[in-house]
Amino acid sequence: MLVFAFVFLAPIAYTIYLSLYRNQLVGGNSFVGLDNYTKALQDSQFWSALGRVSLFLVVQVPIMLALALIVALAIDSGRLYGKAFFRVSIFLPYAVPAVVATLMWGFMYGNQFGLVKNINDWLGTTLDPLAPNIVLASIGNIVTWEFIGYNMLILYSALATVPTSLYESAEIDGASQMKIITAIKLPAIRGAITIATIFSVIGSFQLFNEPSILRPLAKNAITTFFTPNLYASSLTFSGQQYNYAATVAIIMALVTMVIAYVVQLRGSRDR
Amino acid sequence: MSTALRTRPAAADVPVAVKRRRRKSYLLTGLVALFAIYSLVPMAWLLINATKTQDGLFTSFGLWFDDGKFALFSNIHDTLTYQDGVFVRWLGNTVLYVVVGAGGATVLATLAGYGLAKFDFPGKRGVFAIVIGAVAVPGTALAVPTFLMFSKMNLTNTPWAVIIPSLVTPLGFYLMWTFSAEAVPDEILEAARVDGAGEFRTFFKISLPLLAPGIVTVLLISTVATWNNYFLPLIMLKDPDWYPITLGLNAWNAQAATAGGQAVFNLVITGSLLTILPLIAAFLLLQRYWQSGLAAGSVKE
Repeated sequence: MLVFAFVFLAPIAYTIYLSLYRNQLVGGNSFVGLDNYTKALQDSQFWSALGRVSLFLVVQVPIMLALALIVALAIDSGRLYGKAFFRVSIFLPYAVPAVVATLMWGFMYGNQFGLVKNINDWLGTTLDPLAPNIVLASIGNIVTWEFIGYNMLILYSALATVPTSLYESAEIDGASQMKIITAIKLPAIRGAITIATIFSVIGSFQLFNEPSILRPLAKNAITTFFTPNLYASSLTFSGQQYNYAATVAIIMALVTMVIAYVVQLRGSRDR
Repeated sequence: MSTALRTRPAAADVPVAVKRRRRKSYLLTGLVALFAIYSLVPMAWLLINATKTQDGLFTSFGLWFDDGKFALFSNIHDTLTYQDGVFVRWLGNTVLYVVVGAGGATVLATLAGYGLAKFDFPGKRGVFAIVIGAVAVPGTALAVPTFLMFSKMNLTNTPWAVIIPSLVTPLGFYLMWTFSAEAVPDEILEAARVDGAGEFRTFFKISLPLLAPGIVTVLLISTVATWNNYFLPLIMLKDPDWYPITLGLNAWNAQAATAGGQAVFNLVITGSLLTILPLIAAFLLLQRYWQSGLAAGSVKE
Protein backbone atom coordinates (compact mmCIF):
# COMPACT_ATOMS: atom_id res chain seq x y z
CA MET A 1 0.00 0.00 0.00
CA LEU A 2 2.91 2.26 0.76
CA VAL A 3 4.45 1.59 -2.63
CA PHE A 4 1.07 2.14 -4.16
CA ALA A 5 0.78 5.52 -2.54
CA PHE A 6 4.32 6.43 -3.54
CA VAL A 7 4.06 5.72 -7.23
CA PHE A 8 0.42 6.47 -7.68
CA LEU A 9 -1.05 9.03 -5.37
CA ALA A 10 2.06 11.13 -4.90
CA PRO A 11 2.59 11.82 -8.62
CA ILE A 12 -1.07 12.74 -9.00
CA ALA A 13 -0.89 15.16 -6.10
CA TYR A 14 2.38 16.58 -7.37
CA THR A 15 0.95 17.03 -10.86
CA ILE A 16 -2.04 18.90 -9.56
CA TYR A 17 0.28 21.08 -7.52
CA LEU A 18 2.46 21.79 -10.56
CA SER A 19 -0.48 22.57 -12.76
CA LEU A 20 -1.48 25.42 -10.48
CA TYR A 21 1.88 27.19 -10.64
CA ARG A 22 3.97 28.88 -13.24
CA ASN A 23 7.72 28.90 -13.42
CA GLN A 24 9.21 32.20 -14.45
CA LEU A 25 12.77 33.23 -15.11
CA VAL A 26 12.32 36.01 -12.66
CA GLY A 27 10.65 35.15 -9.40
CA GLY A 28 10.62 31.35 -9.66
CA ASN A 29 7.43 29.45 -8.95
CA SER A 30 4.34 31.48 -8.45
CA PHE A 31 0.79 30.46 -7.83
CA VAL A 32 -1.38 31.18 -10.83
CA GLY A 33 -4.56 29.31 -9.97
CA LEU A 34 -6.30 27.92 -13.00
CA ASP A 35 -4.39 30.03 -15.53
CA ASN A 36 -2.66 26.99 -17.02
CA TYR A 37 -6.02 25.36 -17.60
CA THR A 38 -7.41 28.40 -19.35
CA LYS A 39 -4.31 28.45 -21.47
CA ALA A 40 -4.71 24.80 -22.42
CA LEU A 41 -8.33 25.24 -23.35
CA GLN A 42 -7.34 28.02 -25.75
CA ASP A 43 -4.35 26.17 -27.13
CA SER A 44 -4.99 25.15 -30.73
CA GLN A 45 -2.17 22.59 -30.65
CA PHE A 46 -3.75 20.88 -27.68
CA TRP A 47 -7.14 20.84 -29.38
CA SER A 48 -5.71 19.45 -32.57
CA ALA A 49 -4.01 16.67 -30.61
CA LEU A 50 -7.22 15.93 -28.73
CA GLY A 51 -9.21 15.99 -31.94
CA ARG A 52 -6.79 13.58 -33.56
CA VAL A 53 -7.04 10.99 -30.80
CA SER A 54 -10.82 11.42 -30.68
CA LEU A 55 -11.01 10.68 -34.39
CA PHE A 56 -8.75 7.72 -33.81
CA LEU A 57 -11.01 6.57 -31.00
CA VAL A 58 -14.21 6.86 -33.01
CA VAL A 59 -12.82 5.02 -36.01
CA GLN A 60 -10.19 2.56 -34.80
CA VAL A 61 -11.77 1.25 -31.61
CA PRO A 62 -15.10 0.15 -33.16
CA ILE A 63 -13.32 -1.49 -36.11
CA MET A 64 -10.90 -3.33 -33.88
CA LEU A 65 -13.55 -4.49 -31.42
CA ALA A 66 -15.92 -5.57 -34.20
CA LEU A 67 -13.18 -7.62 -35.83
CA ALA A 68 -12.18 -9.08 -32.48
CA LEU A 69 -15.80 -9.98 -31.82
CA ILE A 70 -16.21 -11.66 -35.20
CA VAL A 71 -13.12 -13.77 -34.65
CA ALA A 72 -14.16 -14.63 -31.09
CA LEU A 73 -17.64 -15.70 -32.24
CA ALA A 74 -16.19 -17.68 -35.13
CA ILE A 75 -13.74 -19.52 -32.90
CA ASP A 76 -16.41 -20.10 -30.29
CA SER A 77 -18.89 -21.45 -32.83
CA GLY A 78 -16.92 -24.70 -32.96
CA ARG A 79 -17.18 -24.82 -36.74
CA LEU A 80 -13.56 -24.08 -37.48
CA TYR A 81 -10.79 -26.40 -38.47
CA GLY A 82 -7.79 -25.97 -36.21
CA LYS A 83 -9.33 -23.46 -33.87
CA ALA A 84 -6.56 -23.74 -31.28
CA PHE A 85 -4.05 -22.70 -33.93
CA PHE A 86 -6.12 -19.65 -34.84
CA ARG A 87 -6.70 -18.64 -31.27
CA VAL A 88 -3.02 -18.65 -30.47
CA SER A 89 -1.73 -17.16 -33.72
CA ILE A 90 -4.14 -14.24 -33.64
CA PHE A 91 -3.23 -13.57 -30.05
CA LEU A 92 0.53 -13.65 -30.61
CA PRO A 93 0.98 -10.00 -31.73
CA TYR A 94 0.08 -9.02 -28.18
CA ALA A 95 3.42 -10.48 -27.09
CA VAL A 96 5.27 -8.23 -29.52
CA PRO A 97 6.49 -5.01 -27.87
CA ALA A 98 4.93 -1.86 -29.28
CA VAL A 99 8.39 -0.66 -30.21
CA VAL A 100 9.14 -3.75 -32.24
CA ALA A 101 5.67 -3.79 -33.77
CA THR A 102 6.01 -0.18 -34.84
CA LEU A 103 9.52 -0.62 -36.18
CA MET A 104 8.35 -3.68 -38.09
CA TRP A 105 5.32 -1.99 -39.61
CA GLY A 106 7.35 1.16 -40.14
CA PHE A 107 9.84 -0.80 -42.21
CA MET A 108 7.04 -2.43 -44.14
CA TYR A 109 5.39 0.93 -44.74
CA GLY A 110 8.68 2.49 -45.74
CA ASN A 111 9.45 3.22 -49.35
CA GLN A 112 13.05 2.01 -49.10
CA PHE A 113 12.79 -1.72 -48.62
CA GLY A 114 9.27 -2.18 -47.35
CA LEU A 115 6.46 -4.25 -48.68
CA VAL A 116 4.71 -1.11 -49.75
CA LYS A 117 7.56 -0.36 -52.10
CA ASN A 118 7.21 -3.83 -53.61
CA ILE A 119 3.50 -3.29 -54.09
CA ASN A 120 4.07 0.11 -55.63
CA ASP A 121 6.66 -1.33 -58.02
CA TRP A 122 4.26 -4.02 -59.14
CA LEU A 123 1.17 -1.97 -59.55
CA GLY A 124 2.81 1.27 -60.54
CA THR A 125 1.07 3.06 -57.69
CA THR A 126 2.59 5.67 -55.41
CA LEU A 127 0.99 4.64 -52.17
CA ASP A 128 2.71 6.10 -49.12
CA PRO A 129 1.26 5.04 -45.77
CA LEU A 130 3.40 7.64 -44.03
CA ALA A 131 1.97 10.60 -45.93
CA PRO A 132 0.51 13.22 -43.61
CA ASN A 133 -3.12 12.60 -44.53
CA ILE A 134 -3.13 8.86 -43.97
CA VAL A 135 -0.47 8.32 -41.36
CA LEU A 136 -3.16 8.19 -38.67
CA ALA A 137 -4.83 5.30 -40.48
CA SER A 138 -1.46 3.58 -40.72
CA ILE A 139 -1.00 3.96 -36.99
CA GLY A 140 -4.53 2.64 -36.52
CA ASN A 141 -3.54 -0.44 -38.44
CA ILE A 142 -0.54 -1.02 -36.18
CA VAL A 143 -2.62 -0.65 -33.04
CA THR A 144 -5.34 -2.90 -34.42
CA TRP A 145 -2.74 -5.50 -35.26
CA GLU A 146 -1.30 -5.36 -31.77
CA PHE A 147 -4.52 -5.61 -29.81
CA ILE A 148 -7.06 -7.48 -31.90
CA GLY A 149 -5.92 -10.78 -30.43
CA TYR A 150 -5.97 -9.53 -26.87
CA ASN A 151 -9.53 -8.29 -27.20
CA MET A 152 -10.51 -11.43 -29.05
CA LEU A 153 -9.24 -13.48 -26.15
CA ILE A 154 -11.16 -11.48 -23.55
CA LEU A 155 -14.37 -11.87 -25.55
CA TYR A 156 -13.69 -15.51 -26.32
CA SER A 157 -13.06 -16.34 -22.66
CA ALA A 158 -16.39 -14.77 -21.80
CA LEU A 159 -18.16 -16.67 -24.57
CA ALA A 160 -16.69 -19.95 -23.37
CA THR A 161 -18.51 -19.57 -20.07
CA VAL A 162 -21.96 -19.15 -21.58
CA PRO A 163 -23.79 -22.41 -20.88
CA THR A 164 -24.21 -24.39 -24.09
CA SER A 165 -27.60 -25.61 -22.96
CA LEU A 166 -28.87 -22.12 -23.71
CA TYR A 167 -27.91 -22.33 -27.38
CA GLU A 168 -29.17 -25.83 -27.72
CA SER A 169 -32.64 -25.13 -26.49
CA ALA A 170 -32.71 -22.07 -28.74
CA GLU A 171 -31.66 -24.23 -31.69
CA ILE A 172 -34.38 -26.73 -30.93
CA ASP A 173 -36.83 -23.86 -30.87
CA GLY A 174 -35.65 -23.05 -34.39
CA ALA A 175 -33.62 -19.92 -33.74
CA SER A 176 -31.13 -19.03 -36.47
CA GLN A 177 -27.43 -18.69 -35.71
CA MET A 178 -27.69 -14.94 -36.14
CA LYS A 179 -30.57 -14.81 -33.70
CA ILE A 180 -28.63 -16.89 -31.17
CA ILE A 181 -25.70 -14.51 -31.44
CA THR A 182 -27.72 -11.34 -30.96
CA ALA A 183 -30.20 -12.67 -28.42
CA ILE A 184 -28.02 -14.92 -26.26
CA LYS A 185 -24.31 -14.59 -26.85
CA LEU A 186 -23.92 -10.82 -27.06
CA PRO A 187 -25.97 -10.00 -23.95
CA ALA A 188 -24.12 -12.71 -22.05
CA ILE A 189 -20.70 -11.19 -22.72
CA ARG A 190 -21.75 -7.61 -22.24
CA GLY A 191 -19.41 -7.20 -19.28
CA ALA A 192 -16.43 -8.41 -21.26
CA ILE A 193 -17.29 -6.10 -24.15
CA THR A 194 -17.46 -3.19 -21.73
CA ILE A 195 -14.05 -4.00 -20.28
CA ALA A 196 -12.49 -4.38 -23.72
CA THR A 197 -14.01 -1.04 -24.75
CA ILE A 198 -12.71 0.76 -21.69
CA PHE A 199 -9.19 -0.51 -22.19
CA SER A 200 -9.28 0.45 -25.85
CA VAL A 201 -10.59 3.93 -25.05
CA ILE A 202 -7.83 4.48 -22.52
CA GLY A 203 -5.31 3.16 -25.00
CA SER A 204 -6.37 5.56 -27.73
CA PHE A 205 -6.24 8.61 -25.51
CA GLN A 206 -2.80 7.63 -24.37
CA LEU A 207 -1.51 7.04 -27.88
CA PHE A 208 2.19 7.72 -27.75
CA ASN A 209 4.54 4.88 -28.62
CA GLU A 210 3.50 4.33 -32.19
CA PRO A 211 3.57 7.94 -33.39
CA SER A 212 6.69 8.65 -31.37
CA ILE A 213 8.60 5.76 -32.93
CA LEU A 214 7.29 6.45 -36.42
CA ARG A 215 8.41 10.06 -36.26
CA PRO A 216 11.93 9.52 -37.58
CA LEU A 217 10.38 7.83 -40.62
CA ALA A 218 7.70 10.42 -41.18
CA LYS A 219 9.05 13.76 -40.01
CA ASN A 220 6.51 15.90 -41.84
CA ALA A 221 3.48 13.82 -41.07
CA ILE A 222 3.84 13.51 -37.30
CA THR A 223 4.14 16.76 -35.41
CA THR A 224 5.33 17.24 -31.84
CA PHE A 225 1.71 17.75 -30.88
CA PHE A 226 0.35 14.76 -32.79
CA THR A 227 -1.29 13.28 -29.69
CA PRO A 228 -1.81 14.82 -26.24
CA ASN A 229 0.80 12.52 -24.70
CA LEU A 230 3.35 13.39 -27.32
CA TYR A 231 2.55 17.03 -26.73
CA ALA A 232 2.97 16.72 -22.97
CA SER A 233 6.28 14.92 -23.26
CA SER A 234 7.70 17.34 -25.81
CA LEU A 235 6.59 20.23 -23.60
CA THR A 236 8.48 18.63 -20.76
CA PHE A 237 11.67 17.70 -22.56
CA SER A 238 12.10 20.19 -25.36
CA GLY A 239 10.22 23.13 -23.94
CA GLN A 240 10.96 22.68 -20.23
CA GLN A 241 7.40 23.80 -19.56
CA TYR A 242 6.79 21.43 -16.69
CA ASN A 243 3.81 23.21 -15.26
CA TYR A 244 1.99 23.38 -18.54
CA ALA A 245 2.82 19.75 -19.32
CA ALA A 246 1.35 18.76 -15.97
CA THR A 247 -1.82 20.63 -16.86
CA VAL A 248 -2.15 18.80 -20.16
CA ALA A 249 -1.59 15.47 -18.38
CA ILE A 250 -4.33 16.25 -15.86
CA ILE A 251 -6.84 17.32 -18.46
CA MET A 252 -6.20 14.14 -20.41
CA ALA A 253 -6.55 11.96 -17.30
CA LEU A 254 -9.86 13.64 -16.51
CA VAL A 255 -11.17 13.25 -20.04
CA THR A 256 -10.15 9.59 -20.07
CA MET A 257 -11.78 8.87 -16.75
CA VAL A 258 -15.02 10.57 -17.71
CA ILE A 259 -15.25 8.63 -20.95
CA ALA A 260 -14.31 5.34 -19.31
CA TYR A 261 -17.00 6.00 -16.75
CA VAL A 262 -19.61 6.76 -19.39
CA VAL A 263 -18.74 3.54 -21.22
CA GLN A 264 -19.09 1.63 -17.98
CA LEU A 265 -22.47 3.17 -17.25
CA ARG A 266 -23.73 2.37 -20.71
CA GLY A 267 -22.37 -1.14 -20.48
CA SER A 268 -24.08 -1.94 -17.22
CA ARG A 269 -27.25 0.06 -17.62
CA ASP A 270 -29.52 -2.72 -18.73
CA ARG A 271 -28.41 -5.34 -16.29
CA MET B 1 2.28 -28.98 -31.92
CA SER B 2 -1.45 -29.34 -32.22
CA THR B 3 -1.74 -31.66 -29.25
CA ALA B 4 0.08 -29.18 -27.07
CA LEU B 5 -2.10 -26.36 -28.32
CA ARG B 6 -5.27 -28.25 -27.55
CA THR B 7 -4.62 -28.57 -23.88
CA ARG B 8 -7.22 -26.34 -22.40
CA PRO B 9 -8.51 -25.42 -18.97
CA ALA B 10 -10.98 -27.90 -17.62
CA ALA B 11 -13.74 -25.35 -17.24
CA ALA B 12 -13.82 -24.55 -20.92
CA ASP B 13 -13.63 -28.14 -22.06
CA VAL B 14 -17.25 -28.91 -21.43
CA PRO B 15 -18.82 -26.66 -24.07
CA VAL B 16 -16.11 -27.61 -26.54
CA ALA B 17 -16.87 -31.28 -26.25
CA VAL B 18 -20.49 -30.60 -27.09
CA LYS B 19 -19.72 -28.22 -29.91
CA ARG B 20 -17.19 -30.43 -31.61
CA ARG B 21 -19.96 -32.51 -33.01
CA ARG B 22 -21.12 -29.54 -35.06
CA ARG B 23 -20.55 -29.38 -38.80
CA LYS B 24 -17.28 -27.69 -39.67
CA SER B 25 -17.39 -24.79 -42.06
CA TYR B 26 -14.72 -24.13 -44.69
CA LEU B 27 -16.06 -20.63 -45.26
CA LEU B 28 -15.72 -19.64 -41.63
CA THR B 29 -12.31 -21.26 -41.39
CA GLY B 30 -11.22 -19.30 -44.45
CA LEU B 31 -12.47 -16.08 -42.94
CA VAL B 32 -10.61 -16.57 -39.69
CA ALA B 33 -7.55 -17.71 -41.64
CA LEU B 34 -7.46 -14.23 -43.16
CA PHE B 35 -7.13 -12.78 -39.67
CA ALA B 36 -4.45 -15.28 -38.79
CA ILE B 37 -2.52 -14.30 -41.92
CA TYR B 38 -2.88 -10.65 -40.99
CA SER B 39 -1.49 -11.44 -37.56
CA LEU B 40 1.35 -13.61 -38.73
CA VAL B 41 2.60 -11.88 -41.88
CA PRO B 42 4.51 -9.11 -40.09
CA MET B 43 6.27 -11.74 -37.98
CA ALA B 44 7.08 -13.76 -41.07
CA TRP B 45 8.45 -10.57 -42.62
CA LEU B 46 10.62 -10.02 -39.57
CA LEU B 47 11.91 -13.58 -39.62
CA ILE B 48 12.69 -13.47 -43.34
CA ASN B 49 14.36 -10.10 -43.24
CA ALA B 50 16.50 -11.05 -40.29
CA THR B 51 18.33 -13.30 -42.74
CA LYS B 52 19.34 -10.45 -45.03
CA THR B 53 22.34 -8.21 -45.14
CA GLN B 54 21.98 -4.45 -44.96
CA ASP B 55 22.32 -4.30 -48.78
CA GLY B 56 20.05 -7.28 -49.32
CA LEU B 57 17.25 -5.47 -47.50
CA PHE B 58 17.14 -2.87 -50.21
CA THR B 59 17.50 -5.11 -53.23
CA SER B 60 15.32 -8.14 -52.53
CA PHE B 61 11.59 -8.73 -52.31
CA GLY B 62 10.28 -8.11 -48.79
CA LEU B 63 8.47 -11.38 -48.22
CA TRP B 64 11.05 -13.73 -49.64
CA PHE B 65 14.66 -14.62 -48.92
CA ASP B 66 17.54 -12.88 -50.61
CA ASP B 67 19.01 -15.27 -53.19
CA GLY B 68 22.19 -16.91 -52.16
CA LYS B 69 22.79 -14.81 -49.07
CA PHE B 70 21.63 -16.23 -45.80
CA ALA B 71 23.00 -13.81 -43.25
CA LEU B 72 20.94 -14.72 -40.19
CA PHE B 73 23.85 -16.04 -38.19
CA SER B 74 26.21 -13.23 -39.06
CA ASN B 75 23.39 -10.80 -38.25
CA ILE B 76 22.90 -12.39 -34.85
CA HIS B 77 26.62 -12.27 -34.29
CA ASP B 78 26.79 -8.61 -35.34
CA THR B 79 23.76 -7.69 -33.24
CA LEU B 80 25.32 -9.17 -30.14
CA THR B 81 28.73 -7.58 -30.70
CA TYR B 82 27.86 -4.21 -32.26
CA GLN B 83 29.08 -1.27 -30.17
CA ASP B 84 30.96 -3.56 -27.78
CA GLY B 85 28.00 -5.81 -27.16
CA VAL B 86 25.66 -3.11 -25.90
CA PHE B 87 22.70 -5.21 -27.05
CA VAL B 88 23.58 -7.83 -24.45
CA ARG B 89 23.74 -5.12 -21.85
CA TRP B 90 20.30 -3.86 -22.86
CA LEU B 91 18.96 -7.38 -22.77
CA GLY B 92 20.38 -7.75 -19.28
CA ASN B 93 18.76 -4.49 -18.23
CA THR B 94 15.40 -5.62 -19.56
CA VAL B 95 15.73 -8.91 -17.71
CA LEU B 96 16.59 -7.01 -14.54
CA TYR B 97 13.57 -4.73 -14.91
CA VAL B 98 11.34 -7.69 -15.67
CA VAL B 99 12.56 -9.89 -12.82
CA VAL B 100 12.53 -7.19 -10.15
CA GLY B 101 9.70 -5.04 -11.53
CA ALA B 102 7.27 -7.61 -12.86
CA GLY B 103 8.20 -10.20 -10.26
CA GLY B 104 7.73 -7.68 -7.47
CA ALA B 105 4.50 -6.46 -9.01
CA THR B 106 3.16 -9.99 -9.07
CA VAL B 107 4.09 -10.65 -5.45
CA LEU B 108 2.51 -7.38 -4.34
CA ALA B 109 -0.62 -7.91 -6.43
CA THR B 110 -1.01 -11.45 -5.10
CA LEU B 111 -0.60 -10.50 -1.46
CA ALA B 112 -2.78 -7.42 -1.71
CA GLY B 113 -5.45 -9.04 -3.85
CA TYR B 114 -5.64 -12.11 -1.66
CA GLY B 115 -5.61 -10.05 1.51
CA LEU B 116 -8.41 -7.83 0.30
CA ALA B 117 -10.49 -10.70 -0.97
CA LYS B 118 -10.20 -12.91 2.08
CA PHE B 119 -9.89 -10.64 5.08
CA ASP B 120 -12.20 -7.99 6.40
CA PHE B 121 -10.89 -4.72 7.70
CA PRO B 122 -12.23 -1.21 8.09
CA GLY B 123 -12.08 0.95 4.99
CA LYS B 124 -12.17 -2.01 2.60
CA ARG B 125 -14.77 -0.41 0.38
CA GLY B 126 -12.71 2.74 0.13
CA VAL B 127 -9.63 0.79 -0.94
CA PHE B 128 -11.68 -1.01 -3.56
CA ALA B 129 -12.99 2.25 -4.98
CA ILE B 130 -9.48 3.68 -5.22
CA VAL B 131 -8.16 0.59 -6.97
CA ILE B 132 -10.97 0.61 -9.51
CA GLY B 133 -10.30 4.27 -10.11
CA ALA B 134 -6.60 3.50 -10.47
CA VAL B 135 -7.28 0.91 -13.17
CA ALA B 136 -8.90 3.70 -15.16
CA VAL B 137 -5.93 6.04 -14.76
CA PRO B 138 -3.56 5.03 -17.50
CA GLY B 139 0.05 4.43 -16.65
CA THR B 140 1.35 6.76 -19.32
CA ALA B 141 -0.62 9.67 -17.92
CA LEU B 142 1.36 9.28 -14.73
CA ALA B 143 4.71 8.92 -16.44
CA VAL B 144 5.41 12.63 -16.93
CA PRO B 145 4.41 13.60 -13.37
CA THR B 146 6.35 10.67 -11.96
CA PHE B 147 9.37 11.83 -13.90
CA LEU B 148 9.04 15.34 -12.49
CA MET B 149 8.75 13.99 -8.98
CA PHE B 150 11.63 11.53 -9.36
CA SER B 151 13.88 14.18 -10.83
CA LYS B 152 13.37 16.23 -7.68
CA MET B 153 14.43 13.19 -5.68
CA ASN B 154 17.40 12.46 -7.97
CA LEU B 155 16.02 9.08 -8.86
CA THR B 156 15.94 9.63 -12.60
CA ASN B 157 18.60 8.02 -14.74
CA THR B 158 18.86 5.10 -12.32
CA PRO B 159 17.28 1.65 -12.67
CA TRP B 160 15.00 2.48 -9.76
CA ALA B 161 13.18 5.02 -11.86
CA VAL B 162 12.00 2.20 -14.09
CA ILE B 163 11.53 -0.47 -11.45
CA ILE B 164 9.53 1.39 -8.81
CA PRO B 165 6.65 2.46 -11.07
CA SER B 166 6.53 -1.07 -12.52
CA LEU B 167 5.86 -2.49 -9.08
CA VAL B 168 2.29 -1.32 -9.02
CA THR B 169 -0.20 -2.86 -11.40
CA PRO B 170 -3.75 -1.91 -10.55
CA LEU B 171 -4.95 -4.31 -13.22
CA GLY B 172 -2.94 -7.19 -11.79
CA PHE B 173 -4.20 -6.31 -8.35
CA TYR B 174 -7.78 -6.30 -9.60
CA LEU B 175 -7.32 -9.62 -11.38
CA MET B 176 -5.82 -11.25 -8.28
CA TRP B 177 -8.63 -9.90 -6.20
CA THR B 178 -11.42 -11.34 -8.33
CA PHE B 179 -9.44 -14.50 -8.85
CA SER B 180 -8.83 -15.04 -5.11
CA ALA B 181 -12.48 -14.40 -4.37
CA GLU B 182 -13.48 -17.14 -6.80
CA ALA B 183 -10.72 -19.72 -6.69
CA VAL B 184 -10.27 -20.01 -2.93
CA PRO B 185 -13.49 -21.00 -1.19
CA ASP B 186 -13.95 -19.58 2.27
CA GLU B 187 -14.94 -23.04 3.54
CA ILE B 188 -11.48 -24.45 2.86
CA LEU B 189 -9.85 -21.59 4.75
CA GLU B 190 -12.26 -22.10 7.62
CA ALA B 191 -11.48 -25.81 7.70
CA ALA B 192 -7.74 -25.11 7.74
CA ARG B 193 -8.15 -22.66 10.58
CA VAL B 194 -10.24 -25.11 12.56
CA ASP B 195 -7.52 -27.71 12.07
CA GLY B 196 -5.11 -25.26 13.66
CA ALA B 197 -3.12 -24.08 10.64
CA GLY B 198 -1.75 -20.55 10.94
CA GLU B 199 -2.58 -17.88 8.36
CA PHE B 200 0.81 -18.19 6.68
CA ARG B 201 0.66 -21.93 6.50
CA THR B 202 -2.85 -21.77 5.12
CA PHE B 203 -1.74 -19.31 2.49
CA PHE B 204 1.27 -21.27 1.31
CA LYS B 205 -0.18 -24.78 1.54
CA ILE B 206 -3.74 -24.20 0.43
CA SER B 207 -4.33 -20.87 -1.23
CA LEU B 208 -1.15 -20.58 -3.27
CA PRO B 209 -1.70 -23.74 -5.36
CA LEU B 210 -5.28 -22.66 -6.02
CA LEU B 211 -4.11 -19.22 -7.08
CA ALA B 212 -1.44 -20.51 -9.46
CA PRO B 213 -3.27 -19.80 -12.76
CA GLY B 214 -4.07 -16.27 -11.60
CA ILE B 215 -0.49 -15.66 -10.51
CA VAL B 216 0.88 -16.88 -13.82
CA THR B 217 -1.54 -14.60 -15.66
CA VAL B 218 -0.58 -11.55 -13.65
CA LEU B 219 3.08 -12.46 -14.01
CA LEU B 220 2.71 -12.72 -17.77
CA ILE B 221 0.75 -9.49 -18.04
CA SER B 222 3.24 -7.55 -15.96
CA THR B 223 6.17 -9.21 -17.72
CA VAL B 224 4.79 -8.16 -21.08
CA ALA B 225 4.11 -4.67 -19.75
CA THR B 226 7.64 -4.32 -18.38
CA TRP B 227 9.37 -6.01 -21.30
CA ASN B 228 7.49 -3.79 -23.73
CA ASN B 229 7.79 -0.65 -21.65
CA TYR B 230 8.95 2.24 -23.76
CA PHE B 231 7.49 5.53 -22.59
CA LEU B 232 8.60 5.29 -18.99
CA PRO B 233 12.27 4.40 -19.60
CA LEU B 234 12.32 6.84 -22.49
CA ILE B 235 11.65 9.76 -20.21
CA MET B 236 13.42 8.42 -17.12
CA LEU B 237 16.73 7.32 -18.58
CA LYS B 238 19.37 9.35 -20.33
CA ASP B 239 22.29 6.98 -19.99
CA PRO B 240 22.31 4.32 -22.76
CA ASP B 241 23.93 1.90 -20.32
CA TRP B 242 20.65 1.59 -18.47
CA TYR B 243 18.43 1.36 -21.54
CA PRO B 244 16.10 -1.58 -21.80
CA ILE B 245 16.10 -3.33 -25.12
CA THR B 246 13.14 -1.45 -26.58
CA LEU B 247 14.84 1.91 -26.18
CA GLY B 248 18.07 0.54 -27.52
CA LEU B 249 16.47 -0.78 -30.68
CA ASN B 250 14.81 2.53 -31.29
CA ALA B 251 18.11 4.30 -30.77
CA TRP B 252 19.73 2.08 -33.40
CA ASN B 253 16.88 2.75 -35.73
CA ALA B 254 17.11 6.49 -35.25
CA GLN B 255 20.85 6.34 -35.84
CA ALA B 256 20.30 6.05 -39.59
CA ALA B 257 18.46 9.36 -39.63
CA THR B 258 21.18 11.32 -37.87
CA ALA B 259 23.91 12.96 -39.88
CA GLY B 260 26.87 10.65 -40.39
CA GLY B 261 25.11 7.82 -38.56
CA GLN B 262 25.60 4.32 -39.82
CA ALA B 263 22.40 2.65 -40.98
CA VAL B 264 22.07 -0.68 -39.20
CA PHE B 265 18.58 -1.76 -40.21
CA ASN B 266 19.65 -5.38 -40.46
CA LEU B 267 20.71 -5.25 -36.82
CA VAL B 268 17.49 -3.50 -35.81
CA ILE B 269 15.48 -6.24 -37.49
CA THR B 270 17.54 -9.07 -36.06
CA GLY B 271 17.47 -7.43 -32.63
CA SER B 272 13.68 -7.11 -32.85
CA LEU B 273 13.44 -10.79 -33.63
CA LEU B 274 15.63 -11.68 -30.67
CA THR B 275 13.49 -9.42 -28.47
CA ILE B 276 10.18 -11.06 -29.23
CA LEU B 277 11.29 -14.68 -29.26
CA PRO B 278 11.44 -15.13 -25.45
CA LEU B 279 8.00 -13.60 -24.98
CA ILE B 280 6.41 -15.69 -27.69
CA ALA B 281 8.03 -18.79 -26.24
CA ALA B 282 6.72 -17.90 -22.77
CA PHE B 283 3.20 -17.39 -24.07
CA LEU B 284 3.18 -20.64 -25.99
CA LEU B 285 4.57 -22.65 -23.09
CA LEU B 286 2.33 -21.15 -20.43
CA GLN B 287 -0.87 -20.77 -22.43
CA ARG B 288 -2.71 -23.34 -20.36
CA TYR B 289 -2.40 -21.02 -17.37
CA TRP B 290 -3.04 -17.60 -18.80
CA GLN B 291 -6.01 -18.68 -20.82
CA SER B 292 -7.89 -19.84 -17.76
CA GLY B 293 -6.57 -16.92 -15.72
CA LEU B 294 -7.72 -14.30 -18.19
CA ALA B 295 -11.06 -16.02 -18.40
CA ALA B 296 -11.58 -15.70 -14.67
CA GLY B 297 -10.60 -12.05 -14.71
CA SER B 298 -12.80 -10.99 -17.57
CA VAL B 299 -15.89 -12.93 -16.64
CA LYS B 300 -16.19 -11.46 -13.23
CA GLU B 301 -17.18 -7.85 -13.58
